[in-house]
Amino acid sequence: MTRVVLALARRAIRANLRKPQFLAPLLIFPTLFLAVNVGGLTSTTSLQGFPEVRGFLDFQLAGALTQSLLLGGVSTGIASALEIEGGFFDRLVASPIPRVAIVLGRLVAAGLVAGVQVLFFLALGLAFGAEIAGGVPGVLVVLVIGIVAGVGFGALGQAIGLRARNASTVQGIFPLVLVILFVSSAFFPRALLSPPSDTISRFNPLSYLADGLRDPIISEVSWTPVLEGLAAATGIAVVAMGLSVLALRGRLRDA
Amino acid sequence: MGTNLAVVVALVRRALNEITRVPGAAIPGVLAPTIFVVGLTSVFGQADRVVGFGEVDFRTFVVPVGFLQAAGFTGAATGVNLARDIEQGWFDRLLLCPAPRLTVLTGLVASAALRCLLPVAFLFLVAMAIGVDFPGVDGLLVALVLVMGLASVFACFAVALALRFRTQQAAPLMQMGSFVGVLFTPAYAPKDLLAGWLEVLATVNPVTLVLTGARQGFVGGVTWGDTWPALLAIVGLVLAFGALATRGLRRYSG
Repeated sequence: MTRVVLALARRAIRANLRKPQFLAPLLIFPTLFLAVNVGGLTSTTSLQGFPEVRGFLDFQLAGALTQSLLLGGVSTGIASALEIEGGFFDRLVASPIPRVAIVLGRLVAAGLVAGVQVLFFLALGLAFGAEIAGGVPGVLVVLVIGIVAGVGFGALGQAIGLRARNASTVQGIFPLVLVILFVSSAFFPRALLSPPSDTISRFNPLSYLADGLRDPIISEVSWTPVLEGLAAATGIAVVAMGLSVLALRGRLRDA
Repeated sequence: MGTNLAVVVALVRRALNEITRVPGAAIPGVLAPTIFVVGLTSVFGQADRVVGFGEVDFRTFVVPVGFLQAAGFTGAATGVNLARDIEQGWFDRLLLCPAPRLTVLTGLVASAALRCLLPVAFLFLVAMAIGVDFPGVDGLLVALVLVMGLASVFACFAVALALRFRTQQAAPLMQMGSFVGVLFTPAYAPKDLLAGWLEVLATVNPVTLVLTGARQGFVGGVTWGDTWPALLAIVGLVLAFGALATRGLRRYSG
């Protein structure tokens, strides 16, 4: 089982490396959005109610990270749908491997990619003058929360890909990524959000995930936001993996 | 001439049919600009309290950005649909017909110019419903012409990428072009409030002229001084990216 999972994960990573131009948007899109937000709204840190931060870039890094991890989920979904469209999924099903390895293999790859995404954005922030106030422990905390969330979003994307079986439909969920981000505190302090984001953000797990990723960047590591962030990431991962397995079962029934 | 026009009309009709035939793929593109504007307003709405923003409220300020985003999403969708047609072999069959290549390209681009009116109309209705000021008939018409022109620009760009990569996986690259074009402008705040580097980029980005032209009715009145640079920018961009797409088509079929 482990051997199969690792082989499928290796295949998924190799496919990503073979066509890096398709993986690059996971980093480039959120980087561009980060640049536009920071460049366009840098003076908003002067607003009353904005938390004490060194600069808007420090605050926005967690938003960019959350967005990148969500896009990683979309990318995983597209890859799963393309495997179905291209017939590779059917060949996998015909081979004598545990079915759940099909799900897990891609999720291991999603976790690895998430790790790279976290390190990329932290390095980017440092390069452009941000500071990780939590130091090395802060970086590790961000890495752990990011990887767990990356696996969760990957599982969600995979569940959608397995159900949709069509890459362009999965691609269509891209705007949804924006919706759930906009109704969270990923990009702006919760105290300064306008309706309906101010209300919805309190119930949106992405708010807690983003705040958990942000805390070690803008301050010393504090337990409450970090644990809430980790709990949100874990919750998303558990639910999404369940959905992914259910979608796989549905797909196998139809195969 | 008449035959060429018939081919263009047929391609436009086929593209419009896709909206009803594959609504799962079309609906997100229709909703996305509205989501973007409502979301931005909801998140960054308080930004208009920053000193120097002016009298305009943030909602009104970003609605034209949503219009331009609609052009971007529609242009990218045209490229993605072409990539799908290439993957499935339909486009190769289309190229076997004796229509000039330029007619095929015109059909694709014209479909984008028309399709973008759907998300724009939806966004406009939502904007009016949430209290954004009516830009005046002249302001709205100028904005629509500019948005249709910009959708043609982004469609040419996406078509060039689709012909180059020949796979739907290139979709993010197509969307990225419109993202950069539209947002590296005074999209969120007046130019004076932008960070220095973004102010420079916004100054050299021709889409800033298009945004200024589309925004004028919303933030004040329509003037020829804000309209002609926007129209000129559209013409220049269509020529540049149209040439790129034509080259791509020639290489593909050669």
